[in-house]
Amino acid sequence: MSSKRLGFFLLLAPLVLWLGLLIILPHIDMAIVSLRTRVAPREYAPSLDNYAAFVTEPLYLFTFLRTAVMSILVTVITLIIAFPISYYIAKIAKGRSQAALFLMCLVPFWVSELVRTFGWIILLRETGVISGFLQWLGLADQPVEMLYNDAAMMLGLVYTSMLFMVVPLTTTLESLDDAVIEAGYDLGGTGPSVLREIVIPHAMPGIVSGCIVVFMLSLGNYLTPTMLGGKDSLWFTQLIYSQFIVRFNWELGAAFGFCLLFASSVIVWATLRLTGQTLERTMGEGS
Amino acid sequence: MTHKLYLGATAIALALAAPAHADTLRLLTWGGYAPDAVIDLFEAETGHTVEVTLSNNEEMIAKLRATGGGGFDLVQPSQDRIAGPQREFGIYKPIDLSKVDASLFIPSMLEATKANTTVDGEVYGLPNIWGTSGLIVNSAEAPNVKDYTDLCDESLTGKVSYRLKRPTLIGFAFAMGMDPFAAYDDEAAYKDILDKVEAKLIECKPVVKAYWGGGDELLNLMRSGEAVASMAWDTGGWKLNNDNPDINFVAPASGALGWVDTFALPAQGRADDAAYAWINFVMKPEIAAMVTEAAGNFTASLGADEFADEVLKAQYQSSFPAEAIDNIRWYPPVPANLERIEGEALDRVQAAK
Repeated sequence: MSSKRLGFFLLLAPLVLWLGLLIILPHIDMAIVSLRTRVAPREYAPSLDNYAAFVTEPLYLFTFLRTAVMSILVTVITLIIAFPISYYIAKIAKGRSQAALFLMCLVPFWVSELVRTFGWIILLRETGVISGFLQWLGLADQPVEMLYNDAAMMLGLVYTSMLFMVVPLTTTLESLDDAVIEAGYDLGGTGPSVLREIVIPHAMPGIVSGCIVVFMLSLGNYLTPTMLGGKDSLWFTQLIYSQFIVRFNWELGAAFGFCLLFASSVIVWATLRLTGQTLERTMGEGS
Repeated sequence: MTHKLYLGATAIALALAAPAHADTLRLLTWGGYAPDAVIDLFEAETGHTVEVTLSNNEEMIAKLRATGGGGFDLVQPSQDRIAGPQREFGIYKPIDLSKVDASLFIPSMLEATKANTTVDGEVYGLPNIWGTSGLIVNSAEAPNVKDYTDLCDESLTGKVSYRLKRPTLIGFAFAMGMDPFAAYDDEAAYKDILDKVEAKLIECKPVVKAYWGGGDELLNLMRSGEAVASMAWDTGGWKLNNDNPDINFVAPASGALGWVDTFALPAQGRADDAAYAWINFVMKPEIAAMVTEAAGNFTASLGADEFADEVLKAQYQSSFPAEAIDNIRWYPPVPANLERIEGEALDRVQAAK
């Protein structure tokens, strides 16, 4: 009995250590930092000033909302692009071409995000590949700048997130029996109605789990908005970075971090409620 | 006992004695400040090994703050960024001047740096490398850019780049006829200056192509011709000048901004002997000249000019006629808390439509 219990604790230990040392402890420390304010050099007093600053300064709130809305938009676009791809991979492609297509989605992720993003810079910049190609075709008479704006940033974010939507979607769609779809047609269903009544409800756990992952990745992304975004594209993670690194204002940075954590939790919770999914079901079946 | 003796020894004695207790020197510095050739010579001479981490001012301070001054044995922040962070976070330890060979330094620069990095009577920084920031201009495309505010010229729309950092605020303030350095100790007056600069930068925003983040990004923009005028360091301009004679560094009419990067000891550095050995080693004129060649900037080493590259000297002289040198605005130490106000102004500029 006691050896069984020992085994249980040994198995549990890595998880507890991981959660405790790497997630819970740092967060407690951050929470404490976020709840104090500087009064004089090396003197701090407990206060809610940092959270008050977040709520009262329009810039912070605006950047925050902008980041959240654009992340949702990225998620929706990714879903719209990824769904047909996943459906094709899971249902229409067979055998080797299926594996090949899946691999093609995977290959870009073998290089680091930095290199992938830099690839987009090379394509989109004023003296870049696409601009040069358009001029060669005669469609443009002078260099075209496609970098440093929100569209370029969205492109980068969608590209970066694609795999994380395709994998859960393909997995759930594969588990859908072809016979069920055929039965839908036999019973007089049309393409759209079969999609609406059979395919999407079945794929819902995959859709929701893919959306959650993509949303979280976009919301917390720092590299892509920094490299592809323009002079107006301030992302919330950039605000956090600059508070910590450039302004030496850890207190405000920590408060921002908690606001981001709180908001993303609320949005994920709301999405689960709206779609009638539970976290267990989504995570269990989706990935 | 012998160990104690070594501690007081000069650079050469250190160099000879060091193999007896070789340390690892963890150096946190800027790109180009510790070229491989210099590291090899240093390691051969002293037996210490050198681990280099590249960074910038803000990250250096943030890293040291996170560890309470640990993790590195020698760091190289700018001289204006030592006293404030030291008062605020206590991340450095005082320099023992008896272990440094003062005769290797240009006296005026050594004294000025010591004065600027003194906190409670202790010196925290020694000068290593100095340079300026100002304008990099492609004279064929933008011949009229003479000062920071010329970067707002509408004829240059989509062809201008600068970074959203404190040198931009300071440079624009000078170009607009104000003196931000004089207002350093008066928070209200400084805020007033920043408000005007902020309004100007927001007004100029449509002209800007992109706010650059890293030096290489800017060099790419200028080299490809996508940007024709920008704010940047002198060395960047000289590097571009080697490839394209039209592009060069221009000292702005209101004065280039002068910086001095220092040697400072982190509070919990473990290899002070190696750090002092490094300082005394790289300040030797012939070694300093090697650093100048790699970094592109001149050092505070006395007599190193004689070894400097002729091309670099010529570029330096064309960018800095005598009156432009006298016109350099050297950064005074940044008082604590000013950087927060500046940060808020920069955030507002970035977010403005």
